[in-house]
Amino acid sequence: MVMLVLPLTVVLIFSFGERGASGGYVPAFTLEQYANLPARWTAFKNTMVLAPIGTISSLLIAYPLAYFLAVRADPKWKTVLLVLVIVPFWTSILIRSYAWIFLLGGRGVPAFIDWIGFGSVRLINTPFAVLVGIVYGYLPLMVFPIFVSLDRLDKRLLEASSDLGATPTRTFVQITLPLCVPGIATGCLLVFILLMGEFLIPALLGGGKVFFVGNALVDLFLQSRNWAFGSAVAATLVFIMLISVTIYMRLISRLGTRREDVSLM
Amino acid sequence: MRIYAFCVYLFLYIPIGVIALFSFNAGRHASQFQGFSTKWYGKALSNPFVMDALETSLTVALVSATFAAVFGTMAAVGLQGIRGPVRTTFDGLIYVAIMIPGIVIGIATLIALVSVFNFVNPAIAAIWPEGVKPPKLNMGIGSLIAAHTMFTMALVVIIVRARLSGMDRALTEASSDLYATPLGTFRQVTLPLIFPAILAGFLLSFTFSFDDFIIAFFVAGSETTLPIYVFSSIRRGVTPEINAIGTTVLAASLIILIMTQILLQRGEKKKK
Repeated sequence: MVMLVLPLTVVLIFSFGERGASGGYVPAFTLEQYANLPARWTAFKNTMVLAPIGTISSLLIAYPLAYFLAVRADPKWKTVLLVLVIVPFWTSILIRSYAWIFLLGGRGVPAFIDWIGFGSVRLINTPFAVLVGIVYGYLPLMVFPIFVSLDRLDKRLLEASSDLGATPTRTFVQITLPLCVPGIATGCLLVFILLMGEFLIPALLGGGKVFFVGNALVDLFLQSRNWAFGSAVAATLVFIMLISVTIYMRLISRLGTRREDVSLM
Repeated sequence: MRIYAFCVYLFLYIPIGVIALFSFNAGRHASQFQGFSTKWYGKALSNPFVMDALETSLTVALVSATFAAVFGTMAAVGLQGIRGPVRTTFDGLIYVAIMIPGIVIGIATLIALVSVFNFVNPAIAAIWPEGVKPPKLNMGIGSLIAAHTMFTMALVVIIVRARLSGMDRALTEASSDLYATPLGTFRQVTLPLIFPAILAGFLLSFTFSFDDFIIAFFVAGSETTLPIYVFSSIRRGVTPEINAIGTTVLAASLIILIMTQILLQRGEKKKK
């Protein structure tokens, strides 16, 4: 417990300090570092735009797969198929992102598009490349919680709904979707939080053009050694994260209560 | 639906397949396949920088996974007996440890360790005998091990606790009724039952530590782990050598993961 809280406190203390003459940190109490935050506005803006888009894209791609695994897949193969989705998540994200440099680079997919006759496109070092990397990297983390919530769902409810004359679409919207809200919420939360601190994917696939707060932090701590300002950026990031998570939790729980109201009627 | 799932699997595995394929490329150029060869594996194996980085990575992963398994199990067993607010706080913190992005952990650990070093180093120098160069604590393999242990311990706690809560309480009660000491009960009843989970936690911690880039990037000091080496070479350009290293690392983690899965599944079956 001390091991976790202490480092975060130290970051907060450092963020009120000043930069030393040769880098590093000099103790002080000033808000100067926070006043400097606009200097890193682009990094914050990119993160705040691409993290939610990345989360939603992962959700849209992950949901049908989770549904297939939980409801439609042959029970004999279910476990194997699920493990096949999760395994990549535990392998090196560095090497998996590297694979996309390869695929999206000049001689990969763009060469293919050019060959079909759609003209030359640039994919690597664009927000699109970063987005592909994000979806690729975090898909397993999104699939798993949704799968669990769909798998636990009582299949008799679906039968009852169709017996009572509901169309498949109506059953899905009124029964399946509301019941797997917790799974969707968990998946989105996990992916969103990790995306807020992402460094590798923008560093490799954004090529210095599309950078996140994580990249700014690496730059500030390891290259320009401006620890005080870096700490202020880190503290702001954690603060934004806490705020968005709180708002998100509120929204989710309100969604839950509203659903109960409807069912009471 | 089936076709869609198939496409997603392709999306997940094609990049890995491409890397593996091109690691066997005979040609110098990374993006054109020019025949089969294993020479890049040989190149990687005879590169002293790669071997150094591999040695560091393996040492850190082995030591931190061992620490994580031991302390994580102790924490999980210890938490069993505790209820109430202390338990809730600990549970919360364990999930926080997993939820906080690696980069924040990296920075926080870097700052915390440097602050401690700045405080401890002068103290050691002050009490050290005159004329002998005092030892200086610095970022390096030790700080890497500490950071990884801290992070992966939470994983072990979660896995071991899942197994503990599935365990039949009557077993430990029977053991103590038969006059076994608490230590005896732990050694002869609890430990054999949770051992697969501990081993699975150890293996997961090992892969985590071995693959981790972001925490290591901050706390490694002048040490280079394999992911740090790969990252800095990618920046210099894509080469078949990186493909070979990448394929090896992926294959190694896949094997360990499959072992972990088998261990956990076997545990599940025994439970039933």
